[in-house]
Amino acid sequence: MLEVASDSTARERPESLQSPTVSSVSVRDLRKSYGDLEAVRGISFEIQRGEVFGLLGPNGAGKTTTVEILEGYRKRDAGEVEVLGVDPADAGGEWRERIGVVLQSSAMYETLTVAESLRLFAGYYTSPRPVDEVVELVGLKDKRDVVVRRLSGGQRRRLDLGLGLVGDPELIFLDEPTTGFDPHARRQAWDTLRSLRNLGKTILLTTHYLDEAEHLADRVAVLGRGEIVAAGPPSELIGETPATEIRYRENGREVLLETDNPTEVLHELTSKAVAENRELEGLVVTRPTLEDIYLQLTRDTEDE
Amino acid sequence: MKLFRHELRGELLLYVRSRELAFFTFLLPMVFFILLGSTYRHDRIKSEGNVHAVNFLLAGMIGYGAIAIAFAGLAIVLVIRRENGVLKRLRATPLPAPAYIAALLTAFLAAFAVEVVALIVLGRVLFGIGAPDHVGSLVLALLIGAICFCALGVAVGSLIRSAEGASAAVNAIYLPAAFLAGAFFSPHAFPVVLRWIADILPLTYFLQIVRGIMLHGHEIWAYPGSLAVLLAWGAVGAIVAVRWFHWEPREH
Repeated sequence: MLEVASDSTARERPESLQSPTVSSVSVRDLRKSYGDLEAVRGISFEIQRGEVFGLLGPNGAGKTTTVEILEGYRKRDAGEVEVLGVDPADAGGEWRERIGVVLQSSAMYETLTVAESLRLFAGYYTSPRPVDEVVELVGLKDKRDVVVRRLSGGQRRRLDLGLGLVGDPELIFLDEPTTGFDPHARRQAWDTLRSLRNLGKTILLTTHYLDEAEHLADRVAVLGRGEIVAAGPPSELIGETPATEIRYRENGREVLLETDNPTEVLHELTSKAVAENRELEGLVVTRPTLEDIYLQLTRDTEDE
Repeated sequence: MKLFRHELRGELLLYVRSRELAFFTFLLPMVFFILLGSTYRHDRIKSEGNVHAVNFLLAGMIGYGAIAIAFAGLAIVLVIRRENGVLKRLRATPLPAPAYIAALLTAFLAAFAVEVVALIVLGRVLFGIGAPDHVGSLVLALLIGAICFCALGVAVGSLIRSAEGASAAVNAIYLPAAFLAGAFFSPHAFPVVLRWIADILPLTYFLQIVRGIMLHGHEIWAYPGSLAVLLAWGAVGAIVAVRWFHWEPREH
């Protein structure tokens, strides 16, 4: 009896996704133009409570415009938008208590220390997260009393994140949180983001790094030229493309097989080779990465 | 109100931490007062009704302090915060815009108040300048003037487009204005053309009122015309500020 339920719904998604869902963000047919340029051309998506949603796309795809409409910075031209049950275009202070915003460029007071900056921003909220807790959460414990001017790029970005979290928001917007990071700093930032997710926060993340979306997001929408060109859990997006590639060399010639049933094909290949006491030279099995799909999708839209 | 007090504490801390503000807008008027005051300490100015040069200079440095802090300092801080995205970030917090603006202006007015007290104490200690007769009139005049210069500071800050050019543009306005309006020297000796320019500057009228109160023992009401010009400038500043103020960077 239990097995029936476990099959199709369980997957690896957080529980909130399975329960009758409450949308944190709901966007229907959103449009926005700047003069002649249609930055966002009728996109729709929903983000459930507790979900990490990735908005992917190359520069100029409309990611920031979309996020800034959701944050209340920009007015939309058409469509329906609800963020935490409120239209951000006429949301007030009470709504801002519940959201955290981390902008693309890090903006802070250079002359305050880490703790002073966090304390200043904490004071804007009625029930902030304790400053020391935030310092620890973003990994700046040993930089607590260092002036912002003296922080490294990665440390500044983590403080940025801390400033977005200090109000203890339900929903956090992160616009390209790791752009310009070295790989080590990115790993650290990812750890921080995962811990946020474990706190049950809903996160809208924009990024043009695919591995970032793959590691962090429950679901992604790929934007190209203001439209959603693909959407779904990263694993499903990868699953949609048919071919797994199997390569090896035979008599010095490269052999490439594309297949939807890699297990079967591989089994046949290897058992035959073993039976004939042959080595499959240079055997490689490649599953398409989100990167491949993304490049293909965004290339398609650019060719239009 | 609670948010206003919280933000005011933050703004005061930010003011104290800023070396640029502390030196150029806060200390410089005192430095000029000490240097020029020491040079002219025994002189009198015939064209200004034979007043002591140091008394004339004290009022001038109060005027210079007013535009340095309320106009120049405020304008530069606003441009920097707008261009580096701090203002944009603040808009996403529950801090209401009026509480923020009020706290920011109050911090700059407080800095100016400290400046005035420091100048008057310096004048007393170094040059034996007595306290003004009509303190109420003086406080009122200084408050009105400082608020008008704040309005003009926000206005100019809103019109400047980049953080790099902010200091240069603001300095190019307020330093010549301080000279022309007679903060440092009596403008009576200036060529006619420069006096025409001086006749439009708000600082000229602010200094007329402040000097009238400090040097001639008048009340603020003795200068309705000067007060009107000063307030008109303040109103123009407020209108421009409301019309062109931006929370977001203007890089595009």
